[in-house]
Amino acid sequence: MKKYDVKNCKILSAKQITEDIFDFIVYCPDFAPIAKPGQFAHIYVPGKTLRRPISICEIDKENNTLRFVFQIRGDGTRILSEFKEGMELDILAPLGNGFGLKDKEKKALFVGGGIGVPPLLGAAKHYGENATVCVGFRNKGAVILEEDFKNAGCSIKIATDDGSYGYHGLVTKLFEEEKPEIIYACGPTPMLKAVAAFAEKNGIECEISLEERMACGIGACLGCAVKLRNEENEEYMGHVCKDGPVFDYRKVVY
Amino acid sequence: MADLRVNVAGVEFSNPLIAASGTFGFGREYNELYPVSALGGISCKGITLKERPGNPAPRIAESPAGMLNAVGLQNPGVEHFIKHDLPWLKEQNTKIIANIAGSCPEDYFEMAKRLDSTDIDMIELNISCPNVKSGGVQFGTTTKGVSEITSGVRKNTSKPLMVKLSPNVTDITEMALAAEANGADAVSLINTLTGMRIDINTRRPIIHNNTGGVSGPAVFPVAVRMVWQVANKVKIPVVGLGGIATWQDAVEMLLAGATALQIGTALFTDPYAPIKITEGLSNYMDKNGIKSVSEITGGIKPW
Repeated sequence: MKKYDVKNCKILSAKQITEDIFDFIVYCPDFAPIAKPGQFAHIYVPGKTLRRPISICEIDKENNTLRFVFQIRGDGTRILSEFKEGMELDILAPLGNGFGLKDKEKKALFVGGGIGVPPLLGAAKHYGENATVCVGFRNKGAVILEEDFKNAGCSIKIATDDGSYGYHGLVTKLFEEEKPEIIYACGPTPMLKAVAAFAEKNGIECEISLEERMACGIGACLGCAVKLRNEENEEYMGHVCKDGPVFDYRKVVY
Repeated sequence: MADLRVNVAGVEFSNPLIAASGTFGFGREYNELYPVSALGGISCKGITLKERPGNPAPRIAESPAGMLNAVGLQNPGVEHFIKHDLPWLKEQNTKIIANIAGSCPEDYFEMAKRLDSTDIDMIELNISCPNVKSGGVQFGTTTKGVSEITSGVRKNTSKPLMVKLSPNVTDITEMALAAEANGADAVSLINTLTGMRIDINTRRPIIHNNTGGVSGPAVFPVAVRMVWQVANKVKIPVVGLGGIATWQDAVEMLLAGATALQIGTALFTDPYAPIKITEGLSNYMDKNGIKSVSEITGGIKPW
């Protein structure tokens, strides 16, 4: 079986869930059986030269579907948002390494900000009741996936920048008292830095998911560079699409 | 069934589609999708004498009908290529072109010498990379630079030698003639056109290198024009590239005078593009009673 491939995949449902965030369930019989939480798909946008890398939010291996929750960030994602139920997406997937999932009895902390939240859902479901999910959004209207995390049994804490929902302030204030055995995070760089500092201080394993402008998506063009450090503490250029998008936080040079 | 084989400087390619340098790595990633033998050849990621880390991110920006890149020749160096990539490549039943770049003429000469004793099928001189501070395009924008590098490399290798030309010049035919006069067996054109995008909110260039090379369908008409001009001036074969995305583009580039083709940016839109283009070309030839690709080359009827 191919590690990844290009297929036309039918959209089973396409919903708008906030002002600028869309939620697609797509029938992917070739990808769902092999996809892992934290991996991504590279989706063709009609009329555009470059595909758009979209994280996989959920994998339903029974129904062979992948779920994509994505935000309009520019022209390309705007065009994708106009796709409707019944239409087909041209998808290159599954790409990247995905999260390293441990024994599901371990206590896991998930930290996400904004559109960094969707890739965490699949991994959080693995830990279910043992997962604590701390997520931050701009305001109440931007909150996504709260019910999905709850349905998976996770305990969820929400922060908003303007205090219109949950805790008023930064998501990084929500997990100060937590004592997890592993942390997973995805979101803006300042948030990731704070999570990394927390992991470092408490000696906890931590994986972070990054994004970067991307062309090929499979590690050939070297476009999506990220500065990493190896075990000898030497810096080198790695690539988000192939070496990531998930990295041990100690490897990433900010 | 049409004969898709083409011959460039004594090297026979099973079809005219060659992966363009920098878009295909050393082939392994695309080999997950289809056997890379589907391509006539692979022009490998540009290599330098020593490993290069490349430019900081972002290295990529999209533009209308195309993209910009400034990867900055990130590569593991020539020795790593010979030891770790070439042995695998040689088992893939496709022609292997080593694309070499240097920051001074001696780098090129030394690499040519080193590669001369290896199994590569051809050397492509990259004197047209716009994204590195020293070397690259600085040798490719004057006839003196083209002549110096080409003649020096020629003295150091008996491998078929192709010179990849920059479109960022006043008259590309002068560069092509300089390459031909100094021992090039073929020329490939065009490399990317230098361009720029600016983020209007941050006021920063989208690409960290500030400028980058434009590629994709946007540059195709420029490439066709330059291939046509060069093919009319030189006797050595011209390998055409720049924005080829469909089989119709491929035919057009051949008609302009290309003997073979390279495909790059189209791979990012559709990784299967080379296979679709080869199929389309083959069908076109069958339909029009064309037996060999060489019958199309230069078949343009200019006004």
